[in-house]
Amino acid sequence: MLRSLIAACLLLTCSLAAQAQDRTIQDVLQEHAEVIAQSSRKTIAPAIDAIAGSGLPAAQDVLQAWQAKDMWQRESDGLFFKAERVDSSTYELIDFATGESVGTADKGDLEQLKPNSGIRAMIGAALVQFQLNDPDAERRREALLAIQRDGEASHLAPLRASIEGETNPEIKALKETTERLLTISFDPDDAARVKAIEGFKGSLSLDARAALNPVLTTKIVPAEGLPESANVKRELRAGSPDLTVSEGYDLLVSAGVIEPQPSLAERKAALESHIENGAVAGVPLAELNTQDARDRAYAALAQEGVAPAFDPDFTMEAAVASAKFAEVYDEPSKAVTDAAEATLASINRAVGLNQFFDLSLDGLSLASIYFLAAIGLAITFGVMGVINMAHGEFIMMGAYTGYVVQQIVPDYTVSILLAIPLAFAVTFAAGVAMERLIIRWLYNRPLETLLATFGVSIALQQLAKNIFGTQARPLTSPGWLDGALSFNDVVSISYIRIAIFILALIFLGVFLFIMKKTRLGLETRAVTQNPRMAASMGINPDKVNMLTFGLGSGIAGIAGVAIGLYAKVTSELGSDYIVQSFMTVVVGGVGNIWGTLLGATMIGFLQKGIEWFNPSNTLAAQTYMIVFIIIFIQFRPKGIIALKGRAAGD
Amino acid sequence: MTMFKKNPSLMVFIGLLAIFTLAVTFMSEAYGTGALSTSFVKTLGKTLCLALVAIAMDLVWGYTGILSLGHFAFFGLGGYMIGMWLMYARTEIIVVESMANAALPPTPSEISDAIGTQIFGVVGSSDFPLIWTFAHSFWAQIALVVLVPGLLALVFGWLAFRSRVTGVYLSILTQAMTLALSLYLFQNDSGLRGNNGLSGLQNLPGADAISQDNISIWFFWASAFALLLTYLIAAFIVSGKFGSVIRGIRDDEARVRFLGYSVEGFKLFIFTLTAVIAAIGGALYYPQAGIINPAEIAPIASIYLAVWVAIGGRGRIYGAAIGAGFVSLVSTYFTGGQAPDINLGFYTIKWVDWWLVLLGLSFVLVTLFAPKGIGGLFDLITHRMSPNRHGLPLGPDKGSLREEEAEK
Repeated sequence: MLRSLIAACLLLTCSLAAQAQDRTIQDVLQEHAEVIAQSSRKTIAPAIDAIAGSGLPAAQDVLQAWQAKDMWQRESDGLFFKAERVDSSTYELIDFATGESVGTADKGDLEQLKPNSGIRAMIGAALVQFQLNDPDAERRREALLAIQRDGEASHLAPLRASIEGETNPEIKALKETTERLLTISFDPDDAARVKAIEGFKGSLSLDARAALNPVLTTKIVPAEGLPESANVKRELRAGSPDLTVSEGYDLLVSAGVIEPQPSLAERKAALESHIENGAVAGVPLAELNTQDARDRAYAALAQEGVAPAFDPDFTMEAAVASAKFAEVYDEPSKAVTDAAEATLASINRAVGLNQFFDLSLDGLSLASIYFLAAIGLAITFGVMGVINMAHGEFIMMGAYTGYVVQQIVPDYTVSILLAIPLAFAVTFAAGVAMERLIIRWLYNRPLETLLATFGVSIALQQLAKNIFGTQARPLTSPGWLDGALSFNDVVSISYIRIAIFILALIFLGVFLFIMKKTRLGLETRAVTQNPRMAASMGINPDKVNMLTFGLGSGIAGIAGVAIGLYAKVTSELGSDYIVQSFMTVVVGGVGNIWGTLLGATMIGFLQKGIEWFNPSNTLAAQTYMIVFIIIFIQFRPKGIIALKGRAAGD
Repeated sequence: MTMFKKNPSLMVFIGLLAIFTLAVTFMSEAYGTGALSTSFVKTLGKTLCLALVAIAMDLVWGYTGILSLGHFAFFGLGGYMIGMWLMYARTEIIVVESMANAALPPTPSEISDAIGTQIFGVVGSSDFPLIWTFAHSFWAQIALVVLVPGLLALVFGWLAFRSRVTGVYLSILTQAMTLALSLYLFQNDSGLRGNNGLSGLQNLPGADAISQDNISIWFFWASAFALLLTYLIAAFIVSGKFGSVIRGIRDDEARVRFLGYSVEGFKLFIFTLTAVIAAIGGALYYPQAGIINPAEIAPIASIYLAVWVAIGGRGRIYGAAIGAGFVSLVSTYFTGGQAPDINLGFYTIKWVDWWLVLLGLSFVLVTLFAPKGIGGLFDLITHRMSPNRHGLPLGPDKGSLREEEAEK
């Protein structure tokens, strides 16, 4: 200890001598060597200020090394170095001023400086000015974002100082925004704060909201005895939605306005502690099984003076009825809170509008998923009138086809492009097989078809479980579909949803093209309207039915690939969508693709809309949506777009 | 008694049921040799309840042509209603016992709070929701077993039949109702303990001293008696003029309407009555099962119900009962791991994994090749062959009997 003191004194004289000439960072450090080594939060401030204010190029390095616990002091001469570990006992010393190695030292000869978290935070604040003026624009941006996240009053001065010299317009705008955020939170001058608050009108940034909310924190207090200067938001009465009766009662009690009455639990405890010879105050224990009897016993105890008095007519409602309460801002300045309220209202309006857009995008993407799941059904059920309960399992088969292709072809882009036609082929084949083997024997027997295809459905589902197991299999989307297209802080949509939307549009086009422009479409429409007449015209209804059913099933397979990208692939993937898909077709109107489109849109938007009211509960959203659909069908039993005349089939 | 004349099978069924009940009783652990384990007696009792609800399904589908995919929801609702009382009453006994040692005798509100904490602690609540208002009263909950599913069926049926939703659309609509109900019950704030469901229902309140051996056989008797009553009611309904009208509705609804019958009224009556029967079946089933949760109500359960009726043979009451009993017992056998695995050399068929595939395929085969189901086998015995007719189904309606199902 003595030796190091002497060394410190020696060095102090040396450094004083050197001060006249060019000061190095080591000199600055040595001036404050004692407090630095002492490392106490109370005394460290002058040392940090001296280093930061020295204007030396190495100052930032020193602070960074110090903060990162990389600064070591050599015990022999008390000099500070940045040290890098060579091996467990040897460290390489680097001079701060030159950045060059000055040799190695034994660990035993070195003392590591271990600033505690308080000191590190102070160093961090001092570092801000260096980061804000860093020549690298990216480092400046990072520093600004860090300040936005976790700003402090001490950041304000260096930030303001750095705006002037900023050359990059983008960073300058960011600096100005950050300066306003800090001003709102930390500037002592109210006028400046109001100005900064008003600058955020209509802004969508989360940080603006985060900065305004602490300004607007309030607490509820009894209005009685409130100082004149209090910044009152509004007056309240207990029993309103914002202040329950019991909360108001507690406030009054803690303010000493009313005498607290013993609570139910306290009274019970008092009774229990005064049991004498199987009775409380003369009332036998066995009778104390009603609140009335307990009240009587307690009143007797109070009379004796062994328990606090209790007024049996007391109710919390009566106690708080006449009391006034006030909601008071923690922030004392009314000008600031008024400005903040106005700005927050305008921000909320803008955010609300944008949330509406965001919700619409969500609804649109959900609608396209339902549309994708339902479009195959629109062909098999809507056009042909065949109830195919295994439709969901065809979707699942498509998704598993995608998964299998990804196991073989590792490139995600190629595998998806390969999976789509393959999924179509697999499910087309499955659909044709099912039509040939089962459905054609049951035309015009929809209920039997429903049950037979249900049999196929449970068999296929169990088969998938046996082959692929019960755990979810991933279907990974290509890299270029990762991420989201974001318009601002509120509105964004992931690329995968955009891709599904586009796929739905393509399907719509393909469906319309096939039905309206191709021979198959013409024949399909003919066969579904009047099979006998179509057969007389030389159309083979068997073949047409087979191909149409295959087409509908094939589209389900492609939809499976798309849905698999968006959800996990399990054997229950299809059954999750089957009821919704049927609803989509029924609500839209059977036999009309535009109806299916409208039905999907309606169900998608409705579900998102209901979820918006109660975002935590998607189960409730689905429940209410189904109830809504059941009621909707009451009024339009044939769906949104009902076929008329002969095509309607009745 | 035209009912017995028109249904020669009725006496046979009653006789077989009586013999079966006696046989099970004498082989049970409580009153007989103990050849049947208590858990198997419970399985048999549950199977009788399933046969009961299958008869309800047969009335509504096989006789009236309404393929309802919602009757298992009514079954589950009945179970929930009785489960609420069972759970409340048993928890009350436990709570009162545990509070007996407290310094002061508990007040009614303290007891009720403690029961609430016991029952709803699992969903993070302790207050009784409104629907538990009558849970303390056995008779009120028994009434609710009938009233809640009955009212639901009445309102739903009235809405659906009034707007002339028929055929497949009605099936999808009832399926949607079932899905909505099960999704609703899955929520924690539905008041029925979310996906935890109600449990411990096999423990009758105040019957801790009586062993499950006895309780299981009592429930078996109750189920057999309920099945008998249901069978008689169903036979009575379908044997008279009423039966003719509903069969007419099944095969050609428009014609029955033009003859001046209120088709909607008939349909609504059958739909509501069968919902009530299903609910009573559920109220007997779930105390034997011990637990009920929303997964029981999922749409697939109702489809299985239709599967049982179809495999047993729709349009004949004993067919439905046989189908439900046969399929559910065989299911228990295969999925319970009792069936021996088949080793094919390159692959071992585990029935636990492959039973559903077999069931699905056999169901397709029955629909395609044996529309009369298992019940059709009895026609071979009684020489009631299908007429040699090749034409359309019996009527133009979606639910009408098929050519092969017609009787001479």
